[in-house]
Amino acid sequence: MSAQRYPLEEYFYPGNASCPGCGATMALRWVLKALGKKSIMVVPACCTSVFMGLYPKSAIGIPVLNIAFAAAAAAASGIVAALKARGKDATVLVWAGDGGTVDIGIQALSGAAERQTDFIYICYDNEAYMNTGIQRSGATPYGAITTTTPILGKREHKKNMPRIMIAHDIPYVATATSGYPHDLFRKVKKAKEKRGATRYIHILAPCPPGWRFDSKLTVKISRLAVRTGMWVLYEVEDGKFRLTGPSKALLDPEKRLPVEEYLKLQGRFSHLTREDIEEIQRWVDRQWELISKMVSKE
Amino acid sequence: MGEVMILTGNYSAAYAAKAARVQVVAAYPITPQTSIVEKIAELIERGEMKCEYVRVESEHSAMAACIGASAAGARAFTATSAHGLAYMHEMLHWAAGARLPIVMAVINRAMGPPWNIWPDHIDSLSQRDTGWIQFYVESNQEFFDTIIQAYRVAEDPEVRMPAMVCGDGFLLSHTYQPVHVLSEKEVEEYLPPYEPPFDISDVDNPVTHGNIVLAEAVGTQVGYMEYRYLMQVGMLKAKDKIKKAADDFKRMFGRYHGALVEEYRTNDAEVVMVSMGTLAAQAKYVVDMLREQGYQVGSVKLRVYRPFPYEDFIRIGRRVKVLVVVDRNASYGYCGISAADIAAALYGEKNPPLIMNFIVGIGGRDVTPDMQAELFMRAFKALEEEKEGFICEWVGLKGD
Ligand SMILES: Cc1ncc(C[n+]2csc(CCOP(=O)(O)OP(=O)(O)O)c2C)c(N)n1
Ligand code: SF4
Ligand SMILES: [Mg+2]
Repeated sequence: MSAQRYPLEEYFYPGNASCPGCGATMALRWVLKALGKKSIMVVPACCTSVFMGLYPKSAIGIPVLNIAFAAAAAAASGIVAALKARGKDATVLVWAGDGGTVDIGIQALSGAAERQTDFIYICYDNEAYMNTGIQRSGATPYGAITTTTPILGKREHKKNMPRIMIAHDIPYVATATSGYPHDLFRKVKKAKEKRGATRYIHILAPCPPGWRFDSKLTVKISRLAVRTGMWVLYEVEDGKFRLTGPSKALLDPEKRLPVEEYLKLQGRFSHLTREDIEEIQRWVDRQWELISKMVSKE
Repeated sequence: MGEVMILTGNYSAAYAAKAARVQVVAAYPITPQTSIVEKIAELIERGEMKCEYVRVESEHSAMAACIGASAAGARAFTATSAHGLAYMHEMLHWAAGARLPIVMAVINRAMGPPWNIWPDHIDSLSQRDTGWIQFYVESNQEFFDTIIQAYRVAEDPEVRMPAMVCGDGFLLSHTYQPVHVLSEKEVEEYLPPYEPPFDISDVDNPVTHGNIVLAEAVGTQVGYMEYRYLMQVGMLKAKDKIKKAADDFKRMFGRYHGALVEEYRTNDAEVVMVSMGTLAAQAKYVVDMLREQGYQVGSVKLRVYRPFPYEDFIRIGRRVKVLVVVDRNASYGYCGISAADIAAALYGEKNPPLIMNFIVGIGGRDVTPDMQAELFMRAFKALEEEKEGFICEWVGLKGD
């Protein structure tokens, strides 16, 4: 798809209150471009509740319902029901952080997905609670320093939320990252078209202050996450698994960059020992073993 | 005694948990409480605090984990604010109903929507009827000392009710003050090790806790209502225990912040201002200012909200002409939450004082000493006009 085929309309505006180099806002801009005007967005407590702006200003050009931290998917279920009751039509989107998705919001999300609620749920994953100042979440990777794992770094690995969503047998699950916006755009479009049930997209969204890297490196780090295999780009459409983008070429471990290439640019990993790095490398390799099983299932 | 450190209210609460030798902390971040649990995480990882730390995935789970820990014989601690506290609501009833003496620091903040992270008392006051003892503190030192006192009261076998110690968001939580920090050793005698009311970890004496209890008392078995009445007994008993905990603390450590209420220059006062938290600290300053100008004014800090010190209000109410009750909260459709309770305490008095209830500072709106002085002046004017009864008014609204 060539660049001029992307819609020129913007629904996420400049002048918002996000940090420079914010991977979440880069992704949100493309998500809203792909969804277009006839969409309604639900946002639980997260960085987005702050960077959307101080009332009466808003950086978002579609209707937004802010909601309590645990409640996004349930509130969206209510919107979907009301649209049906009133004979109206719109795409309902939940835009939530990793904490609001993999931790406190997982119950509401699982319930909505099991009911095959007709909505798109997008988790932008900056791998910690950034709104409250970098506390660990279930999505924080092994070894990362956060303010609740301040010295040793997190001792557990990242929860694999997309796999949990695949287990819900919904028609579309995809992963994406801020540094590959075309891949993201295509996936959001596809999710938009698959009406009638729940669609889930999980976006790895680098965060300069939270991960401690220079704000000019967001795209580079996002791409290194993919190139090292720390983050895998794929989609599962009606049960069919498919690697996408650069991840397609990475089934062979030899093709993947060593994880250190990704880790060494980020202050949150600066204290890691050799063993820690090896542990992360082993984790990546294990993730890919699972991926290769999903690929061969096709 | 102790070491003087320059601490925010949040750090003060974290060091208090350490001094109280808490064994399990289960916590979740929320502004403006977060730096309490961050500090505890740091103290543990530095090896300065020995305690299990459960980094739970929600506040509902934080309180549930504290309940599990407390039932298994460990002294448990958590901290939260606003939405986190509201999300715990079910578990607050559970902790109190199970008579588990968990202590929690609450950093008071407004509830959304619209999102607002600034001080407001609606979060904890709307948990009033869950069966938790509630303390409200005015300084970081009082925060530290009260958390330790709270464990002593909550764990008393005649009380056994959980306790929250509430401090104002930002005004205390993020403001540095000198604090005398006591060590675990220094606190040991004042606060002996935790004895659980029942011990779910005791496999030799198995108990099943929380089974269905019927409404009616059958045979020798009491009914549900009797269990609830025992909570009432425990809460009422807590009044004396709070006084004793404050007196003993004074004797051992030389500091006193009041018992259920703290009175300031109320002896000959005509007009007394009642308030909670940092508003009470500032009220003292305003009282001094007006005293210098010859006004007979005083202040009452409502330090413990449950159990409610109605006896104190009857006693104070008999002496004064006007009670200015300042609420940093509102019960929509009525008045300030504390004013309603105070008015109820004075029902049936022969010559009750005029109660002027002012709703102020909602969502962190600034309450200045000038504003408090103005409220005192309003009371004197009402006296001149021979007003009686109960007045409630929102102060400082735009367009006033
Ligand atoms: C019940 C409840 N608990 C805690 C909070 C405080 N809180 C607001 S946003 C947030 C973290 C959000 O993390 P995440 O979902 O990962 O989004 P991010 O801020 O990283 O964008 C927390 C803990 C809250 N608003 N409500
Ligand atoms: S903290 Fe991170 S996610 Fe939040 S606005 Fe800043 S860069 Fe974006
Ligand atoms: Mg996050």
